[in-house]
Amino acid sequence: MTARGVASFLILAAGVAATSWAADVAPTAKPAADQSMADSTLIARGAELAAIGNCASCHTHPEGKSFAGGRPIKTPFGTLYSTNITPDNETGIGKWSAEDFLRAMHDGVAPGRRNLYPAFPYDHFTRLTDNDVEAIYAFVMTREPVRLTAPPNQLAFPMNLRSALSVWKVLFLERGAYRPDPQQDAEWNRGAYLVEGLGHCGACHTPRNAMGAEEHTRDFDGGQSEGWDAPALNSSSPAPSAWTAEQLYAYLRQGRDENHGTAVGPMKPVVDNLSQVPESDVRAIARYVAWRMNRGQLVRVAATSSDSAQTVIGDGEAIFRGACASCHEAEASGGPIRSGRTVPLSLTTSVNAPDARNAIHIVLEGIWPDAGEKGAFMPPFEGAFTEQQLAALLGYVRSRYARGPAWSDLPKQVRAIMHTGQKQ
Amino acid sequence: MIELDINGTKRSVDAEADTPLLYVLRDHLAMNGAKFGCGLGQCGACTVMVDGEAVFSCMTPVSVLAGRKIRTIEGLGTVEQPGALQRAFIDEQAAQCGYCIAGMIMRAQALLEKNSSPSDAEIRRHMMPNLCRCGTHMRIVKAVRRAAQTMRAEADKPKSAGQT
Amino acid sequence: MSIKVVRALSVSRRRFLAAGGSLVIGFSLSPKALFAQGSPAATKLPGSLNTTPMIDSWIRLGADGSITVLTGKAELGQGVRTALIQIAAEQLFVQPGKIQLITADTRRTPDEGYTAGSNSMKDSGTAIMNAAAQVREILIARAAVRLGLSADKLKAEDGAVIVSDGRRIAFGDLVGGELTRVRAESQIKLKDPASYTVVGHSMQRVDIPAKVTGGAAYVQDLRLPGMVHARVVRPPAYGAQLRELQSASVEKMPGVLKVVHDGSYVAVVAEREFDAIRAMRALAAAARWDERALLPEPSELFDYLTRLPYDSFIDADNHATTAGVTKTVEANYRRPYQMHGAIGPSCAVGLYKDDSLTVWTHSQGVYPLRKSIAEMLKLPEDRVQCIHPEGAGCYGHNGADDAGADAALIARAFPGRPVRVQWMREQEHLWEPYGPAMMTAAKASLDGGGNIVDWEYEVTSNTHSTRPGGAGNLMPAWHLAIPFTPPQPKPIPLPEGGGDRNAIPYYKIPSVRVVHRFVPSMPIRVSALRALGAYANVFSIESFMDELALAGRTDPVEFRLRHLEDPRAREVVTLAASRFGWSSYAPDKGRGRGFAFARYKSLGAYLAVALEVDVDRETGKVRVVRAVATVDSGQAVNPDGIRNQVEGGVLQSISWTLLEAVSFDKKSITSADWSQYPILRFPELPDTVEVHVVDRPGQPFLGTGEAAQGPTAAAIANAVAAASNVRIRELPLDRKRVKVALGV
Ligand code: FES
Ligand code: FES
Repeated sequence: MTARGVASFLILAAGVAATSWAADVAPTAKPAADQSMADSTLIARGAELAAIGNCASCHTHPEGKSFAGGRPIKTPFGTLYSTNITPDNETGIGKWSAEDFLRAMHDGVAPGRRNLYPAFPYDHFTRLTDNDVEAIYAFVMTREPVRLTAPPNQLAFPMNLRSALSVWKVLFLERGAYRPDPQQDAEWNRGAYLVEGLGHCGACHTPRNAMGAEEHTRDFDGGQSEGWDAPALNSSSPAPSAWTAEQLYAYLRQGRDENHGTAVGPMKPVVDNLSQVPESDVRAIARYVAWRMNRGQLVRVAATSSDSAQTVIGDGEAIFRGACASCHEAEASGGPIRSGRTVPLSLTTSVNAPDARNAIHIVLEGIWPDAGEKGAFMPPFEGAFTEQQLAALLGYVRSRYARGPAWSDLPKQVRAIMHTGQKQ
Repeated sequence: MIELDINGTKRSVDAEADTPLLYVLRDHLAMNGAKFGCGLGQCGACTVMVDGEAVFSCMTPVSVLAGRKIRTIEGLGTVEQPGALQRAFIDEQAAQCGYCIAGMIMRAQALLEKNSSPSDAEIRRHMMPNLCRCGTHMRIVKAVRRAAQTMRAEADKPKSAGQT
Repeated sequence: MSIKVVRALSVSRRRFLAAGGSLVIGFSLSPKALFAQGSPAATKLPGSLNTTPMIDSWIRLGADGSITVLTGKAELGQGVRTALIQIAAEQLFVQPGKIQLITADTRRTPDEGYTAGSNSMKDSGTAIMNAAAQVREILIARAAVRLGLSADKLKAEDGAVIVSDGRRIAFGDLVGGELTRVRAESQIKLKDPASYTVVGHSMQRVDIPAKVTGGAAYVQDLRLPGMVHARVVRPPAYGAQLRELQSASVEKMPGVLKVVHDGSYVAVVAEREFDAIRAMRALAAAARWDERALLPEPSELFDYLTRLPYDSFIDADNHATTAGVTKTVEANYRRPYQMHGAIGPSCAVGLYKDDSLTVWTHSQGVYPLRKSIAEMLKLPEDRVQCIHPEGAGCYGHNGADDAGADAALIARAFPGRPVRVQWMREQEHLWEPYGPAMMTAAKASLDGGGNIVDWEYEVTSNTHSTRPGGAGNLMPAWHLAIPFTPPQPKPIPLPEGGGDRNAIPYYKIPSVRVVHRFVPSMPIRVSALRALGAYANVFSIESFMDELALAGRTDPVEFRLRHLEDPRAREVVTLAASRFGWSSYAPDKGRGRGFAFARYKSLGAYLAVALEVDVDRETGKVRVVRAVATVDSGQAVNPDGIRNQVEGGVLQSISWTLLEAVSFDKKSITSADWSQYPILRFPELPDTVEVHVVDRPGQPFLGTGEAAQGPTAAAIANAVAAASNVRIRELPLDRKRVKVALGV
């Protein structure tokens, strides 16, 4: 059965499941063949893998169709637009063979020997087994084709030359599938496979060098994504209380852990996806990340204390009482947000991070659930505070709730984010 | 005592620093425009403008407002002399119960002052924080578009002719 | 509109009321007159004249030419104020601007029960139309006497009676004596609809200018001299009991005037509004409660409801054995608890003075609320006055009456000064009576020609009205030390119906059996939500009609027309289909069209809707792309008002149908705010919503407000089925459910 045939079969099968007389509704339903059953299992597995790989998040424009691409991705070298990976023949990957797809995932090469930009994390996907790539291929090729061409990339020289990528690959691409560590058990290895490969966690959580490649000597030392800090996932984790695998699991699965905080910014789509994949995979990811985080002593990055941050705390407290306390001190004050709904600020990673960047983003932009969905909420305060007021507020929050020293360059960072459009 | 600049008028209010602006407007100053809807920044019924930006007055303590320019729907016009958005909302009959409307207008005003010809998609994106339960949305979008048009026409007129 | 403070008045037989700056002649609401009004009329009078037949209960004339019209109905944002003015102006031959309208007030206006069920035009509109026509005839008759002419030589025009030779006497000059203190006549000369100049023409709503300029428009905006602010502290869950309250420190907080504490009922009064909120939070933190887990396991809700005892009502039964059946189809549908979710939380102002109580309330029924409050406070009813200023849109029985009860309880505990109490968002979300969860089961058979020959339908539901008929239905009264308890709920009988509203299909089917399984006990507090049972029943019936059309391989519109006899029904169906472009529709990928029709309550407005949806298979997200609705509400009074109502109904139903379900755990409701009960926001809107009004000049008013909810829900489900080949029978059609139904 062709991929399209599989898709229509699945739709029909769902119809049959919904009602016993649906055979009438779908007069074209054909008896299920063994082959297509195998296909549907493969596609279902591909769907889960694609969710772990976060494919839809990058390859979907916020107002567009799933997988049709066109989403701008800001990099230090300019703006890239994600491609259409629906099976549309003209504008998507409809004509790609399984081998083409495998080569793209493993080597970063598209048909026509076109080198792909590593914003598509083939430096991680190269770790995938052929079987997994095949499942993802089966899934992607049975999506609805969408005709849509992404806008041209806007990159500066020399990155605008695809040939430059060959050099980049020579330097930084280390090909090859994941090799299990025989010292560890299956779950640990599964976690490592997903984290290092498909999940490409390091793409955000590992710092990058001047050429935009991950610095592997500093794996999981914290990086950046879309203007947000992606906190360290190793012993430098800024979390005031060490993450356990159980807590990480709750966080990755529900988007929130009551001892650490709520997934926001670019992490939000990740946890949304992980809520749809097999529990065992999320447990494995949590296990491996927790292992990485706790291998060393918990050492916090020391920031230098600054007087300027201290002087504004008086104002900050009044602002906090007026704008924040009704939710963040709810339990003490009987406020509207009932107990258990907000994570105590003293435990959140953003307040305890070495840098105020994420806290600034959260206060300005708030936290919104997806359209029509339930979820964590915080109102955006953009426009409500001046730079000084926001700096004062965060200075107060830091001094009252964090264990670390004051944020040294708080006013400067607030100004930068409020005025240079670094904000998303 | 805190001094506030509301619609260009200085008003002294005796309110504690952490009092949200909403209560100062409604209770201390007896103004009706900003409405209490949730007190949580989730519905926008309380929207006013501060220094040109739409903000939730229910979440903004007065302590941050000294020396800043606050605008409420009362400052946009009156029944006799409605402002462009107010006129457009009347012309489009863009209200059912109307409880959300003052907040809608203030958020829209902040948009139109920055972008005089927003697309429908831009209007919808911008208005996202404000809720309407009556389902007046389509008319609200139309009214914002209509107001943008009149505001552009006003701006295009020679200075001497365009005074109201 | 501005809200005037009318001092509590004791009623006497003749009095002058200050209203609109002019003196208007007193009216017939004195006990004696009421008694007279109560006596059964020999013939049935039109609309609410039947229960309030004295003309001066409805229309009063001032010597200065002012005209005051009174209605027992309330403006809820549906535009009834404007429509009633239009009706009166038309029959009186005056400019609408000359008319002042007074709405629901137990000391001034007729008792028209609740403003609900899309009945305002039918009840009050009809009464005012006839009363106004009669007043006009009375004025002409009096002018005739004065001029010594026969009445047929005279006519009314622009606020005066005129003679063809140019002589005119202004209405004001004809006023005097007890001119309009007469009973309504059953046969009154109405203006020929063909000559209407006001009715049937769109008129800008009179309430909108104040609403867009920051005028005082709502009960929330009421500011009486000396007014103080109150907030209540509610229990954390149904059935929780206050164990301990340490209120001493709260009493000493700045601005706090009083802590009210009666059993599990706790409230605080303060000078300033934010003082009251601060104190409320402190009180909440100081309260200790005993809680019990009283709610069903959420995942087993429908099984739980099925197991509860029920009463069966046979709504229709001409069940016959049918021959020629070729195909039988069965399906079950479900609807969750859904919220009214007014944007403005409930609010009321109470003033207790000289053993009398006045409550300003956005209740839909000031008279029933008065009765309930009087019972709760053990006061004679004539010591309680309820006045309706507007609130935020309520969409049925929400917290309005309960807030009125709060105002009454707190005002009595703090007499002498007006007390304004407004609920917090989470109080509104957690304590309002929701629209009930419902289950339906449909079974029908087709003959060889694809016609329905047999129809069986069963709907299971809690009551759809726990409106205050007494103190037991006022939620705050449940928490008092000597509590009132809710009475045994009763079903609303047909033809209006509650859970079975619109349960009988409007189609011509030879054999029909409809059963209403009424479940009296309710695990979660419920009451009337806009359209009541019609939302779930029309969703079910019209989904099922599509399933039958598919089974019979017939186009859904064609299938409906085949079973529709009423020409007015056929017209809205045909018109909606043609305006939508039904016959030429060619969907893009992932898109589908859906259709639905219903006549609201089987006796109200006809409404059809055709719409297109986009279904994202990957996320399960459904968006309505465009919708076309056609409506026939009889004589259209304000066509743009009707369009506005239907647009609103369509959008609200999109929100209910795609997104909304009240969530709870075994202890309490968890939909505490908008982040836990999401509703439609701007970016999710359709591209276009079109509404076409079919005007029926001279026909009875059918009402509009609730006609769109049911059809829109079914049209969406039908469109999703068309777009994806998967039929979803449980609401809401949220992402998760759609995604699961679609599979990978
Ligand atoms: S009242 Fe301020 S956002 Fe709802
Ligand atoms: S018009 Fe009623 S809430 Fe928007």
